[in-house]
Amino acid sequence: MSPHSCVKIRKEWDIVSARQLGREMAKKLGFSTVDQARIATAVSELARNIYLYAEEGQICFEVFETIERKGLRMGAFDTGPGITDISQVMQDGYTTSGGLGAGLPGVKRLMDEFDIQSEIGQGTQIKTVKWVR
Amino acid sequence: MSIPILKLYNYLLISIQTEIDDKTAIQFQEDLLDKIHKTGATGVVIDLTSVEIIDSFIAKVLGDVITMSDLMGAKVVLTGIQPAVAITLIDLGIHMQKVATALDLEQGLIKLYQELGV
Repeated sequence: MSPHSCVKIRKEWDIVSARQLGREMAKKLGFSTVDQARIATAVSELARNIYLYAEEGQICFEVFETIERKGLRMGAFDTGPGITDISQVMQDGYTTSGGLGAGLPGVKRLMDEFDIQSEIGQGTQIKTVKWVR
Repeated sequence: MSIPILKLYNYLLISIQTEIDDKTAIQFQEDLLDKIHKTGATGVVIDLTSVEIIDSFIAKVLGDVITMSDLMGAKVVLTGIQPAVAITLIDLGIHMQKVATALDLEQGLIKLYQELGV
């Protein structure tokens, strides 16, 4: 396992590849089964957002350790159209694709840290962290 | 990749054993409705014992196929949802409260039998 790896998201199957890599890294880092599922689910939501709204982007994973704890950083980066109203997409049930609108607010609850930056016409980047407990 | 649907008397049994991508999920939706139509099945058990992740998309497809089957007159029971999957679904805010569930395939069949008879 390299401490830093990325999966390009271009086609539907890449969503599966990204979540498999996420789960694999989570497992090797010593996350519990439940946290592995949380991470894999979060990856799936972020990768699908890239596929649906930006068409192309990547999901990157990074293992990092401090003296007290270790964790997995997961980022989703795209150069898509960007998000006009971030507070709107963070609401449960808001969707423009006919989905459940559970994706982004769900990812925030699944992970321990969550940060989203978006610029119209430039793209969106979401950075998350899950700590090993 | 398609998910096999088995017929048992008036019931249909599905055990999802593969990693479900979006296309497989949509295909399964169509296949199941088609099979209900062809066989006149009144009950369906979808066993999720081997499924390690259900994200919001898969949850929507499952929820939809349950409603669609209901419209056609077939009752669906979901069985074998793993603890980790149940926890992540709630984290996602997906409650599936109207969905019939059971611990395993056997309990699922009992549930159908109690409601529908053979």
